[in-house]
Amino acid sequence: MAPAAVIPRPKLAVEYWLLTYRRNWKGSLLTSFLSPILFLAAMGLGLGSLVDAEVGSGRNLGGLDYLDFLAPGLLAGNAMMLAVNESTYPVLGGFKWYRTYMAMAASPLRGRDILLGHFTYMAFRVTLASFVFLGVMAAFGAVSSPLAVLAPICAALCGMAFATPTAAFVATRINADNFSTYTRFVIMPMFLFSGIFYPVSQLPIVLEQIAWLTPVWHGVRLCRALSTGSGVSWELAGHLAYLVALILVGTLLASRTFTRRLYE
Amino acid sequence: MSLIAAWGLTKRFGDFTAVDGINFEVERGEVFGFLGPNGAGKSSTMRMIGCVSDPTGGALRILGMDPSREGTKIRSRLGVVPQQDNLDEELSVAENLYVYGRYFDLPRAVLRSRISELLEFVQLSERADDHVEPLSGGMKRRLTIARALISEPEALLLDEPTTGLDPQARHVVWERLWTLKRQGVTQVLTTHYMDEAEQLCDRLVVMDRGKIVAEGSPRQLIERYSTREVVEVRTHGQVTVMADALRRLGESPEAQARDELYERVEELPDRVLLYTDHGERLVALLGEVEHESVLVRRSTLEDVFLHLTGRSLVD
Repeated sequence: MAPAAVIPRPKLAVEYWLLTYRRNWKGSLLTSFLSPILFLAAMGLGLGSLVDAEVGSGRNLGGLDYLDFLAPGLLAGNAMMLAVNESTYPVLGGFKWYRTYMAMAASPLRGRDILLGHFTYMAFRVTLASFVFLGVMAAFGAVSSPLAVLAPICAALCGMAFATPTAAFVATRINADNFSTYTRFVIMPMFLFSGIFYPVSQLPIVLEQIAWLTPVWHGVRLCRALSTGSGVSWELAGHLAYLVALILVGTLLASRTFTRRLYE
Repeated sequence: MSLIAAWGLTKRFGDFTAVDGINFEVERGEVFGFLGPNGAGKSSTMRMIGCVSDPTGGALRILGMDPSREGTKIRSRLGVVPQQDNLDEELSVAENLYVYGRYFDLPRAVLRSRISELLEFVQLSERADDHVEPLSGGMKRRLTIARALISEPEALLLDEPTTGLDPQARHVVWERLWTLKRQGVTQVLTTHYMDEAEQLCDRLVVMDRGKIVAEGSPRQLIERYSTREVVEVRTHGQVTVMADALRRLGESPEAQARDELYERVEELPDRVLLYTDHGERLVALLGEVEHESVLVRRSTLEDVFLHLTGRSLVD
């Protein structure tokens, strides 16, 4: 008479997130469109025309127009921003405000199913937004290599390299007090100093070396090489390995902090 | 074999012992209650039974299994109604049931029919496609109960099922839980409401500061820990003065000549309670003591509870 024991899978947790996504996909997709349009128009075209005229196209940008240089960088930076958003408030909400994780924990789902379910959904969101971003880039004429179709995947990896350790940290927080400090003083500087808007070689050597350590710099290098087709080399495998390693470490850390929070 | 059995079950958080070596057994088909003030360890015990918190000591068996090793299997056969609603307010009523059923890997077709049955059962059929957010507290509670039943669990765990509800909403919830009881669904609940415990529980334990201080059916507990009746004597004047007068009355030769008049005297701000088996006889003697009004009532679980756990707050 006992029902057969169910096999818990992260997939069952993903279904929840997809159901909530179905409620607001229109707004979320619209944002995914508008954000690159605004950035590429203002900075790529507006600022870019000035840069190209004054600096002379290509001298410091590896032979690229400013728009072509900037767009793939923004692709990676945008993925980072979105991933950080998805891994801060929604994660704390899962424990505290909406208690979604707690509801899941009472079911056969295990801590790691809950965690991997949410991470999978975050990756889906960031990948989708990155493909939309690529579409807008193409419409602006900022894509010059067929390899560019791989760039959104790399952008998503870059995003998840942020989302996983961020979620691990958020799971230890009682409230959202430090979140704006984190985005303002950790994430924003990375957005500004990691080679999205200008090559990091323009920075003092200390800052340049710090930039090399940030996941977003690796993401930017990957996206830029794939979208422009220049600089495709074994170096990219190194960037990829760095991002994947961060995702693994972040997931392991999150697995610890989630388990502690869920089953204390 | 019992559905749930605990021996010396203990839960410590650092230096604080929330559950201090308790023993209990829950049989299949019964409604078993944990009654106690806030902070007595009821919710910690429930979390251990729900396999979302590992015991720090003692042994726990649920459906014959060890929760620390087979938590997933056990949870697939339990239904949980948490103290704090955790419905998804952005999803519809029916979607909440659907997505929760999916956590148990129940097929869509099965869920479709169960959702309509359960919404009927908790009287929310008309609200199936509405968002959860605007529902009343009572409706949300009923929906949470329906959600816990989606997997046809062998036992339902309810942590303070009616806390925060208005009287009408509470009665609707009780009535639904009664129906489930008649259907033979095992229920384990915590409460600090005496009427709830008295109405629903076949058997209950009273918890205080992490320990079980009494166990039995509501009737047994009243017989064991209280008197048959309670005489409440009110006064406009000084309660202490009246209480002393009542004590002298009990010690008078006339009273001593018969059976003991009362077992205990308790002073409250506006009245004195006399715990007695001879309410009417006691009232007949009250003419000698100045008082405002008098009321004879049957002992309730509340008298037992306050006797066992005290009237003072232990925050």
